Amino acid sequence: MNGVEEDVLGELTTTFRSGRTRSVAWRKAQLQAILKLLDENEEEIFEALKQDLGKHPVESYRDEVGVVRKSATNALRCVEKWMAPQKVCVEQPLMMQYEQAPIPLVLFPARGAVVSEPLGVVLIFVSWNFPISLSLDPVIGAISAGNTIVLKPSELAPKCSSILANTIPRYLDPETIKVVEGGHDVSEQLLQLKWDKIFFTGSPRVGRLIMSAAAKHLTPVTLELGGKCPTILDTLSNSYDLQVAVKRIAGGKWGPCNGQACIGIDYVLVETQFAPVLIELLEKIIKTFYGENLKTLGNLARIVNKHHFDRVHNLLKDPKVAASVVYGGSVDEENMVIEPTILLNPPLDADIMTEEIFGPLLPIITLNNIEESIQFINSRPKPLAIYAFTKNDSLKEKILQETSSGSLTFNDAMIQFLCDTLPFGGVGQSGYGRYHGKFSFDTFSHEKAVLHRSLLIELESRYPPWNNFKLEFVRLAYDYDYLGLILLLLGLRGIFRTNRRQ
Amino acid sequence: MDAEAIVKELRGTYGTGKTKSYEWRVSQLKALFKIAENHEKEIADALYSDLSKPELEAFIHEISMMKTACKLALKELKRWMKPEKVKTSLTSFPSSAEIVPEPLVLSLDPVIGAIAAGNAVVLKPSEIAPATSSVLAKLLGQYMDVSAIRVVEGAAPETTALLEQKWDKIFYTGNGKVGRIVLAAAAKHLTPVVLELGGKSPVVVDSNIDYKIAVRRIIAGKWGCNNGQACISPDYIITTKENVPKLLDAMKQELEKFYGKDPLKSGDLSRIVNANHFQRLSKLLDDNKVVDKVVHGGQRDENNLKISPTILLDVPEDSLIMKEEIFGPLLPIITSVDSTICLGEILGSSKSCFSFVKVNKVEDSIQFINAREKPLAAYLFTRNKKLEEEFVMNISAGGLLINDTTLQVALSTLPFGGVGESGMGSCHGKFSFDSFSHKKAVLRRSFAGDVPARYPPYTTGKARFLKALLNGDILGLIRALIGW
Repeated sequence: MNGVEEDVLGELTTTFRSGRTRSVAWRKAQLQAILKLLDENEEEIFEALKQDLGKHPVESYRDEVGVVRKSATNALRCVEKWMAPQKVCVEQPLMMQYEQAPIPLVLFPARGAVVSEPLGVVLIFVSWNFPISLSLDPVIGAISAGNTIVLKPSELAPKCSSILANTIPRYLDPETIKVVEGGHDVSEQLLQLKWDKIFFTGSPRVGRLIMSAAAKHLTPVTLELGGKCPTILDTLSNSYDLQVAVKRIAGGKWGPCNGQACIGIDYVLVETQFAPVLIELLEKIIKTFYGENLKTLGNLARIVNKHHFDRVHNLLKDPKVAASVVYGGSVDEENMVIEPTILLNPPLDADIMTEEIFGPLLPIITLNNIEESIQFINSRPKPLAIYAFTKNDSLKEKILQETSSGSLTFNDAMIQFLCDTLPFGGVGQSGYGRYHGKFSFDTFSHEKAVLHRSLLIELESRYPPWNNFKLEFVRLAYDYDYLGLILLLLGLRGIFRTNRRQ
Repeated sequence: MDAEAIVKELRGTYGTGKTKSYEWRVSQLKALFKIAENHEKEIADALYSDLSKPELEAFIHEISMMKTACKLALKELKRWMKPEKVKTSLTSFPSSAEIVPEPLVLSLDPVIGAIAAGNAVVLKPSEIAPATSSVLAKLLGQYMDVSAIRVVEGAAPETTALLEQKWDKIFYTGNGKVGRIVLAAAAKHLTPVVLELGGKSPVVVDSNIDYKIAVRRIIAGKWGCNNGQACISPDYIITTKENVPKLLDAMKQELEKFYGKDPLKSGDLSRIVNANHFQRLSKLLDDNKVVDKVVHGGQRDENNLKISPTILLDVPEDSLIMKEEIFGPLLPIITSVDSTICLGEILGSSKSCFSFVKVNKVEDSIQFINAREKPLAAYLFTRNKKLEEEFVMNISAGGLLINDTTLQVALSTLPFGGVGESGMGSCHGKFSFDSFSHKKAVLRRSFAGDVPARYPPYTTGKARFLKALLNGDILGLIRALIGW
């Protein structure tokens, strides 16, 4: 039935069963190989990213190569620690330690641990917008956890796909990590097979397909989706703060792949009287960062392909939306460039406000009071990220408590992605499961509960035939009522019995 | 029942933020505790009428577990709710509504987790245990905040209606077939799912052990645990040929001590839950391939839905009993196996051989288990530390327990959950709380310390600076700064 895909799975299953991927040495060697791959192919990767997406090398380093390097280095440093079985608290019951849950008496003596074990053969689907980092970052997690891996890069970033397909087998263990290139048909073939985990970055629509396919095999899935990530901009009185905030907003909108990022800013919420100030500052910054002339715009990634160019362009074509453009709006169809564009209060039922924009358009929505932003956000699907620029602590608290999103960042945008100690992942429409740092390791591991008992001490009350004495005994044991237990054993319980139950 | 209306109402309640408060969570956990405390008898009676479960078993497996879980949640809740400080900060965040279809037993454990995490909850008890289901519906309606916690009773149509709704989490305990349906339904709404399934949980018995203790612990886990109708019950035993006589003798002796000469009459043994399951188990026993393999028990009483503890020796691998989860009082002992595992694979060479693997050494059992779907639990009785270590490192299962059975569920500091065919996600104690929470990453920044290199126009100086920054290379950082 399936050709290549099935063979690949068969080979990886065999390698996994051999136990090779479980050793620390193997994991470390692969992580080192990733670092070497990056070092020796940096220029080629930059070039591929330039051709696929028009990314500037600085941007490529910041969002792709640098991110992966950082993850790999961190994983190398921590992998042994992550792998170590975690001892769980198995208190001696008679100690009556209330700080931690004591082990029930029937279990005494025992010791328990949580052992992280690899899941087996995992499948990783990558989206096109960060074709290198969204490939290798999850791969690092899967390697750290000791899995064998099939990586399916996006066909929409063909140069990057082929660079991965060419270099990975040369640097990494080719019997354990395979790159499968191709389009929809290949993805569909892959989804027919039984994997031990599927990790997907992409849209909610495809996410649903992946999950339905996985359901057939009970395969656990991590879905890294996107959503309309809102930015709340409180009225800032200090002009330095304001400058920084607007810079960070511009960086969060047009910086990463020109708005084609799942955690990029989708729209901004401000108070009505503050909107003109924001627009003026944004215009200035766009001019400094990217220039004014559509033909000579620099430092800006282009739209990935014709399909997406048309999609973003169509968002602008709605007459009511077009009327709301306050800056930019011009397009260069030939080179697939769309100018950084600001819109003021486009209609809320227009596509631009109901779909994820995933492009360089920035709607500004005005509110009478900045606190209304919470209501605004909560009436929409849960986003992957919320950004809030404010110095007002009570507003911060309110946003923290009352909104739900994958992550929440105060006074900056995008950089939560770089933080290895923070989990990266969505909730609701923006996906589920999480990765980065130790969370990547956990995502690709099964936490196996292990309990060791000795064959020495035995409590008769565990066993039938049941009688009232045993019932009372077990009741007390579960309640950790050790005084009662001793009295019961001495036959004195009836005398001292307090009537606990009505 | 109007599933849509219920969801709407619960979402309304959740939207007010009521369920997120510490006070609400505590009040509901206390209410649950009260149910267990005040209605122990009523619950035990319901379980008796559904399963003729002995009172002590009902107490151990249901009521006391529920009380312990409530107490633990009450004690730890403040700590669980506290944002975990990482280098930055991490907040545990509730989502809004769950469905918890719980077949068979009454474990309210997931409900406790869901409440502790501040969710609104719909509980769908199993229709297969109707008395238990109706007691639950009654008591929860009476004690709990019904604007946020609901019990929906019913069978397949009700479950289907519930599954059509958009939930924020679905927690299902049951079998792999329904698990797949639940997962596919959840896919439409991108709802994360916890599946607690079962599987054939093996028990490996080594030779140098105290048979009496081992056998008693196996019996307690197999027949003393709802007469084998529990997802973590031992499903079959693997041992060597030499062990069999001793093991079997001990087994027969202890079984008689526990359940008497006529176990069908014993009040200490649960019955089979319904006629369907009785038929299913009878079919396993009547399979031509195993009829002559019964070495102990085998008695059936169809009228009272009772089957006595039954042991089978050397059943063939392709018999029904070795292909599906037994979920009942039958216990096969495997000593030699016509295995599909390839010897070459064990030795690490070629891949195309089918050979006859006999469990000569108890170590062979690892291959036997790994050639099958991953079970929810795997048990080993041994004094051999090396074997123990090998077992722990090589057997993939939800949980492992050495020298005992089923007790891993009693320990709230261990995660309880399956892997592969035995499910996904975990529960118990803090793990339940986590299952029903979203861990929101929260990063707080100030306006100070803005690095120009983050922004365009990009230059080579900025590139060097960023490189040094991301690599944590202080020296490079300084050089990049001076280099400008």
